[in-house]
Amino acid sequence: MPEPLIQKIAVGSAAAAAAGSAGPLIEIENLSLHYGASRALKNIGLTMKEKLVTAFIGPSGCGKSTLLRCLNRMNDLIDGVRIEGEVKIGGCDIYGSDVDVIELRKRVGMVFQKSNPFPKSIYDNVAYGLRLQGVKRKSELDSIVEKSLRQAALWEEVKDRLHTSGLGLSGGQQQRLCIARAIAIQPEIILMDEPASALDPIATARIEELILELKKDFTIVIVTHNMQQAARVSDYTAFFYMGELIEFDRTASIFTNPRQKRTEDYVTGRFG
Amino acid sequence: MNGTASPAARKGFQAERFDFASFFFSGLTGLATLLILSILAVILINIAANGWSGLSWHFVSTIPKKDFFNPETTGVLPMIIGTTIRVFLMTIFVIPIGVITAVYLTEYASQKAPLTRIIRAAVNNLAAVPSIVFGLFGLGFFINFIGRNIDSLLNNPGPVWGQPALLWASLTLAVMTLPVVIVATEESLKAIPPGLREASLALGATKLETIVRIVLPQALPGIMTGGILAISRAAGEVAPILFTGVAYYMASLPHRLTDQFMDLGYHVFVLSTQSPNIEQTRPILYATVMVLLMLTFALNLVAILIRARMRKKLRALG
Amino acid sequence: MPHRYPNPKRPLGWMGMQRGHRARPLEWVAERFILMVSLSAILMVLLIFVFVVREAAPIFTGRMNSALIKETIPVEKMDSLSSRELRDYLELTPEQFAAMDRDTLRLMMEVKAEAMNELPEYIRDDKDARVNTTKWRYMLLPHRWTGYDSPEYIWQPVGQIHKYNILPLIIGSLKTTLIGLLFSVPLAVGAAIYVSQLARPRVREVVKPMIELLSAIPSVVIGFFGLLVMASVLQGIFGYETRLNAFVAGIALGFAVIPIVFSIAEDALTSVPRSYTQAALALGASRWQTAWQIVLPAALPGVFASVVLGFGRAIGETMIVLMICSASVVSWDIFDSARSITTTIAAEMAEAVQGGHHYRILFMLGTLLFVVTFVSNMIGGIVMNRLKSRLEGGKA
Repeated sequence: MPEPLIQKIAVGSAAAAAAGSAGPLIEIENLSLHYGASRALKNIGLTMKEKLVTAFIGPSGCGKSTLLRCLNRMNDLIDGVRIEGEVKIGGCDIYGSDVDVIELRKRVGMVFQKSNPFPKSIYDNVAYGLRLQGVKRKSELDSIVEKSLRQAALWEEVKDRLHTSGLGLSGGQQQRLCIARAIAIQPEIILMDEPASALDPIATARIEELILELKKDFTIVIVTHNMQQAARVSDYTAFFYMGELIEFDRTASIFTNPRQKRTEDYVTGRFG
Repeated sequence: MNGTASPAARKGFQAERFDFASFFFSGLTGLATLLILSILAVILINIAANGWSGLSWHFVSTIPKKDFFNPETTGVLPMIIGTTIRVFLMTIFVIPIGVITAVYLTEYASQKAPLTRIIRAAVNNLAAVPSIVFGLFGLGFFINFIGRNIDSLLNNPGPVWGQPALLWASLTLAVMTLPVVIVATEESLKAIPPGLREASLALGATKLETIVRIVLPQALPGIMTGGILAISRAAGEVAPILFTGVAYYMASLPHRLTDQFMDLGYHVFVLSTQSPNIEQTRPILYATVMVLLMLTFALNLVAILIRARMRKKLRALG
Repeated sequence: MPHRYPNPKRPLGWMGMQRGHRARPLEWVAERFILMVSLSAILMVLLIFVFVVREAAPIFTGRMNSALIKETIPVEKMDSLSSRELRDYLELTPEQFAAMDRDTLRLMMEVKAEAMNELPEYIRDDKDARVNTTKWRYMLLPHRWTGYDSPEYIWQPVGQIHKYNILPLIIGSLKTTLIGLLFSVPLAVGAAIYVSQLARPRVREVVKPMIELLSAIPSVVIGFFGLLVMASVLQGIFGYETRLNAFVAGIALGFAVIPIVFSIAEDALTSVPRSYTQAALALGASRWQTAWQIVLPAALPGVFASVVLGFGRAIGETMIVLMICSASVVSWDIFDSARSITTTIAAEMAEAVQGGHHYRILFMLGTLLFVVTFVSNMIGGIVMNRLKSRLEGGKA
């Protein structure tokens, strides 16, 4: 399976060039995040395009996950977090005073580091978000559940046991179930917070394939500590260090021709 | 090992001398434990040995005449029913309030906010108020204040609500057991992995939807444990109902909220302190205690089992 | 694959997002409701305090008069009294007073004066008949009552002269409580040390719930056991005269206190970080030495808290003492009978006239009890919290 890194990157950037025509979907301007007295993110500015995969990389504690959670306002749940600057999605400032967080999260889905299926059946897990939106018709639920599970490449494995507990699945299957759950409500953006960090290499490879597949329909932002993974799946890569955005460019450029010394040190494995 | 070998190494890891202090004090604390366990055992065995013979179907299914000290004709049916109803009514009042308070404390409240700390302190203090003070409170608040005001609002000629009653006893017990339900529910809410809440919120569920659809179903065993512990605590309590509803004797079963009732615990008190001939009463007294103990222990056992199952399930959940 | 954005089910673009929080009134109402309900715990503590104090208020404000012979005011002077003075003189509630016309009030004054005159000779000659026994002076200090040779502390609420000295009750409460604590604390703390530090895990898993099961035994059952079984057994061992005395009550009380002291002390001992004990064990200390020299000193405030909370439990316990002994005597002898504050309230409330001085004094005792347990609970809670935050700080 280990293909030469360079070749993978070439594939990634070709795809990026093909989709490059799409306009910016997420615009982050001058974003700072304070946690209590400390400043976890410093003046971040970043633009992400539609239907592309953007990877956030950097050593642990660099603020990449925090930034990801700013995009669907999951940081709101933590006491003492204060945010300055702007995050615009589709031209709309999501930290505006009259924005409905709930509506935002329906449009910006999320997959977590640790797979967290609800202690319900596989079917109910996928149908959860739909039921929240008031979808009640059995036939409609059935078809969307099937479609989502197919999209998450899980359908063949679970179609005979849709009504057994989601907790009975293996780790990789659970994570794909979480992805199916997230895409069932048709968000425009999917945030992935180190989705494969707890999985074995084979399960990880399946998730990566899935990301490349999902890219056709969704805009994906993925946080990863695994540089090969970033190189394999993403079109653009942002490198963070100590709460600052050091470099943001096409993935190929970041890995083959970084402009910053620190980026080069990191991608070549000199620290991190 | 470097040159200076330790004493243990020299003697092949055997203790240098018999450590008398260690032996003595370990033995002493072990003895204390054993003594406590034997107190428990003696109480239970004594009651079981003496109480078993007095138990009969007749005993638990008879409504006694006024002279309930007579072992031949007495029974405890009205007491079992009275205790059951007051405890059941209490549950209806205490569970919703206790669960909602626990939900506020774990799901909504900011843990450092002064209000949260005041609520927690109040819950703690409520748990420490002596049961007899709850009785005084029930009399002063529910009967003399609420009950009397209802009477004057309804223009009742005599006191209907403004007197000891099943309703007031149950409400008093509900106030008393509120901390039990809050603490048990909070414990089970805290045990739910935060990842589940995040997952639900990230799917666009509101906080309330998350609580109703994900959190509460998960916390159900804990809530049940809290309810059962509250019931078992309240079932044996006598002091709070002394002035708020219990009756020495009633010819008929209670059938209105404003009726008084007979009670198992209070009956134990009456039988042991007011009997004209304690030797004659002894068997039925033991049998009554047995019924009361079986009731409270069975409830406790159920609570323990539910909790154990819940723990196992949560561990599997990781 | 067709271009699926924007999703046909939703309004165009991101504008639908901007509905704000006002779009969810149900959520808002529910949140407020939950907050309101959760304030009920605070409300209950306040209500308990307010309504127990309310019934006792005339004692605290000195507006109660239990004297048999009171100054009578001649009916002619009725007009010179303010309505407040008249109301107090006739011992009427505001509602009753408002409902009465002038003639009824006048009649009541006459009846009152006559009643005073009709009291039998021996009462009118009794100097104590003029004493308002609900004054703090008579409730707390000894008084030489008619028929006694020296000043005494007497609680005797029934009879011609109502004697309300609360000292015998306080002594009764303290006596039984102290015996209970002396008996239960060493046992419970010893067991806590054993279970948390010395016992093997399997033993711990069995023993801990068993000791906690002791707390599931209702106090009437412990009282019953003390009365029927322990009293005779202990009399057989110690050979004292009064079969039912403070000693028996105290030991039975100890049974009820053991689980509380045990679980709090055990909690404090187990919250000592393992790093402490492992360091000591690594240096070659025995398990016992570690427990005694490292763990116990670190957890000592918690053990103190367990004793304070056990005290609160013991002093508030009613049924055990009520069933075992109830004579009010001033004596520190543990083999004498005793009557605690709780027992007095439980036994006498039924015969006290609602709104009368006896009734009010019982509520005053309730207030006292509430305050004592509130304070001891506060102290215990604060000590325990400090200990835990300190030990958790040490863990990091």
